[in-house]
Amino acid sequence: MFEVHKDNFDQEVLQAPGLVVVDFWGPKCEKCLALMPDFERLAEQYGDKAKFCKLDTSGNRRLAIAQKVMGLPVIAFYKGGEKIAELGPSECTALTIEAKIQEHI
Amino acid sequence: MSSIWDIIIVGGGPGGLSAAMYGARSKLRTLLIEKAKTGGQAASTQDMENYPGFAKGTTGPALMQAFADHATSFGAEIMRNEVVSIDAAQKIVHCKDGSQYQGHTIILSPGAIPRTLGVRGEQALRGKGVSYCATCDADFFTDLDIVVLGNGDAAIEESHYLTKFANSVTIVVIHDEGVLDAAPMLQERAFKNPKINFIWNSTIQEIKGDGIVEGVVLRNIKTNETTELETNGVFIYIGTIPLTDFIKGQVNLDSRGYIITDERMETSAEGVFAAGDARVTYLRQVVTAAADGAVAAVAAEKYIIEEEGFAESVLHESRPVAVAFWTPMIPKCIEIMPVIETAIAAYGTQAKLWKLDTYRNQRVAKRYGVVEQPTVLFFHQGVVVNRLVEDEITPAAIKGILDSIL
Repeated sequence: MFEVHKDNFDQEVLQAPGLVVVDFWGPKCEKCLALMPDFERLAEQYGDKAKFCKLDTSGNRRLAIAQKVMGLPVIAFYKGGEKIAELGPSECTALTIEAKIQEHI
Repeated sequence: MSSIWDIIIVGGGPGGLSAAMYGARSKLRTLLIEKAKTGGQAASTQDMENYPGFAKGTTGPALMQAFADHATSFGAEIMRNEVVSIDAAQKIVHCKDGSQYQGHTIILSPGAIPRTLGVRGEQALRGKGVSYCATCDADFFTDLDIVVLGNGDAAIEESHYLTKFANSVTIVVIHDEGVLDAAPMLQERAFKNPKINFIWNSTIQEIKGDGIVEGVVLRNIKTNETTELETNGVFIYIGTIPLTDFIKGQVNLDSRGYIITDERMETSAEGVFAAGDARVTYLRQVVTAAADGAVAAVAAEKYIIEEEGFAESVLHESRPVAVAFWTPMIPKCIEIMPVIETAIAAYGTQAKLWKLDTYRNQRVAKRYGVVEQPTVLFFHQGVVVNRLVEDEITPAAIKGILDSIL
């Protein structure tokens, strides 16, 4: 699991080949913390087919807002430098994330 | 299904965790099933200033972690799973992954979620500036201008919290100028806060933005006039809705979907109890949910003892059993009890007497339609074969019935 932040987001996410899945989270967001084990499990399961990254928004607020993330948790899917899909706070669960991964790999 | 739990608790907010602690402490096999992280809505409230004993305040997540640790320290088991339906009669809960669990009792504490407004732009801009959780999302609005809709305790308390981050907080209130539903202490603090502004007699008609919130359309409910207000964020605090869809038809709900209980937290289904925000109640706070959980767990324990005791001593007894429904508060009961005792004792081991204090165990009395005390019901092989009420209870009448059974 890659920890991405404002200094490596371009390189690790936007310029990376293939599917990149980014978990936008924050240390005060209970729902994010609850989702984390599921995300880590999916990262292990699909690690050879997609790149999985975590982004702690608490130190990267401007980056998050630039990615149009203003509420947590958000799981965003990138391909070729473009955001191709996103699951917002009311949508992201282990099941919906897995379905989206399968749709895009 | 490997074994039967004493108590199965559905939902791990303060009500469920408190019930788990009480249940486990009474040495009952207690299983709590929670679909996410424990703590419920309380875990997403940062400032917690009104939980007794924490005058200097604590945080919602910290308090909820303490609740969970307390429950597990006595042996309660907390499982992560989602209950999708229950069978109230069989006391079985069915989970999303297909597994099922059976209990002697069930305590429902599913909680509630924030109510959505249902206006254009709200759903599409969720997580894009529309939020229902200041604790989760406040950081994003540092130095920005935001709008809060609502005027109850949550709206006013969270607005105050948001001013620690935002440049300005504009609260949109449906009431006349100066009128808020929040507690006076919260109102006073909000009126004094220089970062908080109010817009009265108004509601939000639409949330606008292209991929991110840019503004709201406000409607004055008196004049019907609409105005646009630029904003970076909208926090909505207009009450909650109970998460009770999965128990519809199993226990009685009120017209808004809240679970109806009696003062012992028992629902319309015997042995199924409820606690917390999903219950019909006057106040929805951490302390009231915790209190509900305590009552529900103790009532569940009593239910188990009563039901097991009655089943073992009366229903599964091969000999005829005379069940004397009495209460020491009625003089006639005290007077007649020795008469009953002597009459049954004459049969030695052929018949048995079981005394049931109706004040302590109304459930069984109600089930068998016992209204007058004293009443003697004669059970044989699990069914009522005869009954004597008040003055009918004489040594001769008891003898007549027992002889006919034997």
